[in-house]
Amino acid sequence: MCGIVGLFLKNDALSPRLGDMLTDMLITMTDRGPDSAGIAIYGEGAEGVKVTVQSEAPATDFPGLDTALAAELGVPVTMKVVDTHAVLVVPEAQEAAAVAALEARGLRLMGVGQRMEIYKETGLPKDVAARFGIRAMGGTHGIGHTRMATESAVTTLGAHPFSTAEDQCLVHNGSLSNHNQMRRVLAKEGFHTRTENDTEVGATYISYRIAKGASLGEALEGSLKDLDGFFTFVTGTRDGFGVVRDPIACKPAVLAETEDYVAFASEYRALADLPGIEAAKVWEPEPATVYFWER
Amino acid sequence: MQTIDMGTTELREVNSALQAAAKAQANEEYVIENPRGSHALAVGLDGTLSVRVKGPTGYYTAGMNKLATVTVEGSAGPGVAENMMSGTVVIEGDASQYAGATGRGGLLVIKGNASSRCGISMKGIDIVVHGNIGHMSAFMAQRGTLVVLGDAGDALGDSLYEARLFVRGSVKSLGADCVEKEMRPEHIELLKDLLARAGADAKPEEFKRYGSSRKLYNFNIDHADEY
Repeated sequence: MCGIVGLFLKNDALSPRLGDMLTDMLITMTDRGPDSAGIAIYGEGAEGVKVTVQSEAPATDFPGLDTALAAELGVPVTMKVVDTHAVLVVPEAQEAAAVAALEARGLRLMGVGQRMEIYKETGLPKDVAARFGIRAMGGTHGIGHTRMATESAVTTLGAHPFSTAEDQCLVHNGSLSNHNQMRRVLAKEGFHTRTENDTEVGATYISYRIAKGASLGEALEGSLKDLDGFFTFVTGTRDGFGVVRDPIACKPAVLAETEDYVAFASEYRALADLPGIEAAKVWEPEPATVYFWER
Repeated sequence: MQTIDMGTTELREVNSALQAAAKAQANEEYVIENPRGSHALAVGLDGTLSVRVKGPTGYYTAGMNKLATVTVEGSAGPGVAENMMSGTVVIEGDASQYAGATGRGGLLVIKGNASSRCGISMKGIDIVVHGNIGHMSAFMAQRGTLVVLGDAGDALGDSLYEARLFVRGSVKSLGADCVEKEMRPEHIELLKDLLARAGADAKPEEFKRYGSSRKLYNFNIDHADEY
């Protein structure tokens, strides 16, 4: 199973409500996956890049982390602690050094981006959303996922969304069958994964294609050719939002579009409370067909 | 006419009320408001009853229906009218995957499109889709009739038994052992009746008929490539 929700706003007036709407949508999908939940939200841009990390022991790991990192990198660092996650803002040139320094401390990298922040933990969507205060978060677009684990353990790192490049994230309903081989292919190209999870390979594949010059649409087209298995993918970039289903398309998907937003959900139930849904264009995305929107 | 608001009534209560009314054979009319994509709505109705659902539904709407008439004023999720025995189910919007799967009788009308696996393993149900159907529709279909006013996706009627398939538009590809067959007068009569009952504005003569070439009924080493 697994439940996916996504919202891509076309009307900025809805931006302050993005987190609130996504939270309600995700909670509605709880019975599709109770293991872990996560959300990627594209909010305000930072003066630099935002590095989101997670800790098992935030009370001991996070106090003073910003000053320690600033001293290590020799640059100013700001930090926002949100429960088990900390969002550190570093100059873009220091991104790789900051990620290496944070991972060396045993912190888990959730994602990096000028606008994207990722919050994910084991537990039910309502609890995960509450501990991070997702309802209060605004932004232009966001993606949520509630997981029923199949291909790797129920851990924070196994939760979705997966982010494998700046401001890119991916969530997945299904299972990939050629992920081990693809992981090796991508590693040879210099694109390394951090977990045993199949979805992370899908995310890395898309990041690899985009890094090689493909558009989001071309990268998603490529996934139909190069990835084997069952998938409904929903992906976010700094300014874009994409959906693709494998040719068999047994994993459910519903899209809705109005003048104000594009919304995705695994089931219509999650869309039922959106403003103007009665008049929205609602359809099931076709198999092996790429859909994407950009601002 | 009875009205039930799912904004204030739990799904289980709604289904209990509908099942009891059907069992009483009272031929009552029920209107269900605010379905909000609920799963397994109006399932297991065993008797004459008319149910009108005012909005989209989720998985398995009107499953195992017997004698009752269920109309959804919206789209339906996967598995609508699964294993229907008799009666009528009408979806005024689109239907998701495996609409009418394993159905043994009755009439399923989809006024929009049906996605993949429509009528999979159907065993006597009649299905009329006003729009298009997705891939692998009528896979292993055994009995009954599937009528499509629009186009059919890939692998229509793969491993088909004795179900009759009629498509007015294009067929992207035929599945293993499914072939086009001649339209005879009895097929025109059959279609005329089904199209009228489904409120479909189409002429029987516009359709092509597809059926089984019956080569896969028994294993034959010469046909190994066709599986």
